[in-house]
Amino acid sequence: MSQTKPLIAAAGAGLLFGFGLILSGMTDPAKVRAFLDITGQWNPALAFVMGGAILAALPAFAWARRHRTTLAGAPLTLPDRTLVDARLVGGTALFGVGWGLSGLCPGPALVVGSSGSLPVLVFVAAMAAGLLLSRRYLAPRAPEAPAAAPRQA
Amino acid sequence: MTTIVFSTPDAAASLAGGLLIGASASLLLLGSGRIAGISGIFGNALSTGRDRVRVVFLLALLATPWLWRLAQPLELGGALATPQWGALIGAGLLVGVGTQLGNGCTSGHGVCGLANFSLRSLVAVLTFMGVAMITVALGFGVTS
Repeated sequence: MSQTKPLIAAAGAGLLFGFGLILSGMTDPAKVRAFLDITGQWNPALAFVMGGAILAALPAFAWARRHRTTLAGAPLTLPDRTLVDARLVGGTALFGVGWGLSGLCPGPALVVGSSGSLPVLVFVAAMAAGLLLSRRYLAPRAPEAPAAAPRQA
Repeated sequence: MTTIVFSTPDAAASLAGGLLIGASASLLLLGSGRIAGISGIFGNALSTGRDRVRVVFLLALLATPWLWRLAQPLELGGALATPQWGALIGAGLLVGVGTQLGNGCTSGHGVCGLANFSLRSLVAVLTFMGVAMITVALGFGVTS
């Protein structure tokens, strides 16, 4: 059956995501830091990015929770872990320090790096090293369940 | 002392961009069966690279600044043109390690997780946003 539809959807999603980041201002690290600067010159505009994105994604997640399949009927796994543990809080706190220092989170870093900014390419290389190191040594994951494998074999 | 800097066109662009990002997450979820969390997609692509759906998403994402330039000029990353390199690399490492330990970033927890009413994601968002705000308030940064 169709192995190409999920790929076409992924290509469209990648384009929408990148254009959304650029349009929204998330690819400007100074603006991101101004959004985080609540005790100084605070620019709250970027709150509208997350707000708008959540709003637009709500119906799709409601559909997915109910049907547990993609629109084409392929099985879909939603993250359903509920455990709030030290690893979650500690990991996201480390991320928060890096985000605050740089004004870059992973999506914008990839887009700005691709656009040709040398400092951000260096940042992306460090980020890649960090995520590979932590996947290998700090938080090895179980091999991914068939979710990532061709589903209709 | 907080001063609020706000411009309506800015906020409108942010809202429009956010809606596109939400549309992207919806398309990837219902069209490809994947969660649009960039740290997860990037980590997965780097560590195994076997999931073609994620690789295609990433390649399309990376193409966007170049496609944008077909329509109008785009200069990104100027704010970081003269960084303190050690701090910049440290920040990159923290983002990489932190998002893998915490299973997500601004998109995975902040957009997808919250849209899915996940308590884990709510805790994650409050944590990384709070810590990032404190980091900025204390005056730390890769250019200062």
